[in-house]
Amino acid sequence: MGEDQLTDSTTAAGPTIATGEARPAGRGVSVGSALRGTGRPAEPAQNTIFDVRGLRVFYGSFQAVADATMAIREHEITALIGPSGCGKTTVLRCFNRMNDLIDTARVEGTILYHGTDIYGEKVDPVEVRRRIGMVFQKPNPFPKSIYDNIAFGPRIAGYKGNMDDLVEESLTRAALWDEVSDKLKESAYALSGGQQQRLCIARAIATSPDVLLMDEPCSSLDPIATLRIEELMIELKRDYSIIIVTHNMQQAARVSDRTAFFTVDVKQTGMRTGRLVEFDATDAIFTNPREKQTEDYITGRFG
Amino acid sequence: MTSDTTTPAVDLTGSRPRLRRERRVRRLFAGAAAVSIVVSLLIVGSLVGEAWTFLRGLDLSSLWTMGWFPRRGLFDVKTVLTGTLLIALVAMVVATPLGLGAAIYLSEYARPRARRWLKPILEVLAGIPSVVLGYFALTWISPNIVMRLSSHAGVFSMAAAGIAVGILVTPLVASVSEDAMRAVPAALREASYGLGAKKATTVTRIVFPAAASGIMASLILGVSRAIGETMVVAMAAGAVGGSLFQWNIFQPGQTMTAAMSALAIGSDQVAGSTSAFQSLFFLGLLLFLMTLGLNLLSDRFVRKVREKY
Repeated sequence: MGEDQLTDSTTAAGPTIATGEARPAGRGVSVGSALRGTGRPAEPAQNTIFDVRGLRVFYGSFQAVADATMAIREHEITALIGPSGCGKTTVLRCFNRMNDLIDTARVEGTILYHGTDIYGEKVDPVEVRRRIGMVFQKPNPFPKSIYDNIAFGPRIAGYKGNMDDLVEESLTRAALWDEVSDKLKESAYALSGGQQQRLCIARAIATSPDVLLMDEPCSSLDPIATLRIEELMIELKRDYSIIIVTHNMQQAARVSDRTAFFTVDVKQTGMRTGRLVEFDATDAIFTNPREKQTEDYITGRFG
Repeated sequence: MTSDTTTPAVDLTGSRPRLRRERRVRRLFAGAAAVSIVVSLLIVGSLVGEAWTFLRGLDLSSLWTMGWFPRRGLFDVKTVLTGTLLIALVAMVVATPLGLGAAIYLSEYARPRARRWLKPILEVLAGIPSVVLGYFALTWISPNIVMRLSSHAGVFSMAAAGIAVGILVTPLVASVSEDAMRAVPAALREASYGLGAKKATTVTRIVFPAAASGIMASLILGVSRAIGETMVVAMAAGAVGGSLFQWNIFQPGQTMTAAMSALAIGSDQVAGSTSAFQSLFFLGLLLFLMTLGLNLLSDRFVRKVREKY
């Protein structure tokens, strides 16, 4: 039942924008205190893929994220930035229920995915994760061959088509095919770090997800590999919606359409809780932020 | 001021008594290490020497006859080898599913709280004296399991001994293979879940293969332990003094270890007599080589695991 709903709405929501160039100057989405009247022009209607309302995450009695509300759009790259401990990775892992794997984690609020709450009672996290793929901070290929790494997801999902073609297509889209086409049967561990990360991206898109979550995908890569992955993200935006966590502000500025800035509030008890400060078009965040905290952070005066 | 002046000299020579103390401590530990090596070498040396004496004074055809009857000069190796291997086989048929099942549960399914009290129970099981398990084999396993499986089985049988040895080996298999599975990086599990894999899929397709070398090692160690187990088989497998060649697990059988303990205790009145007593060392050498080989094999498997991820 829940699955059918998810499938229907996925197909119903067609692509709206094709490329980044057509990006409209964004109007800020209402975010707590950041909501103020501004003279920015209204933008054309766009499909919201994730409607996050009052998201709060706890680990045991420790509150990791306070009350985040944001609307993430289809076929855009949304960047989550902020200092260490601000909860951006925790928020990212809420989108595919990865926090379920942590025994003490508790998520409150709703995340509507095409209108369905992924934390709803009847929702199977396995179904959520089949539609919302993830690329992790450190490349984590399976200790299997390159081919089997790509084929793993489709196989467990019961893919009936031609696996060879799917593997080739996925590797091609991840800009890795030319480098590995003659060694598909070799271990994925023989690849370089940058190649491994592209393999992980290929593995994630092989199951044709709707959304790609990327948790600091370039943090363990050199600048050249980073550049390739960034080009790849912009390329993939046509077919997928991407949410990326990054420590690298230049990266957020280069690739993302919208940016969410999180900070960490330290209470007197020593509890450190992440808070969404501002969520807006990337241009606006980097050139004309509304919040002083955002400005301090992006100009390097974070305190 | 730009002229270079040397700062006052500092004495960096260590105090002599301290250096002497350190040398003494070093020698003490080196000595302790040397003793254990020397003892091992002496044991192996005496095994080889006595085994050689035994083989030299023997008509080699008596190593391949109708059974193991040392008092009559019949030293059929295949009888004790078969007994040993059959009991090890039965033990592993019991210990593999139980041990791996426990390992998978503890490593992948058990919540921290359940783990906290299940692990110690497993360790207690590992600490049960084998003599207790020997009695358990005779008084419970034999009547309740073995005699139900085969109407011809008596109280003493290789099956009863094998099942008891299997129970004995289960904690070892469980603990080593659990370590192997827990050593599989969480990142691999996350990658699998992130692709929409169910828990069972992740365990069987990712964790288990990634831990395969360690799991193999745990099974080899289990076999090695089962082959070397003495008390349970001496008590429950039946054949005390000697045995005809026997491959039916529901019959009594003779293992290398049981044969050795019988000879050593002198329960068949041969202690001190010529070749019968020395056959003990021959068996001991054989057993030593088998377990050494198995342990080296498992070591190689474990090392392979470290290279993998």
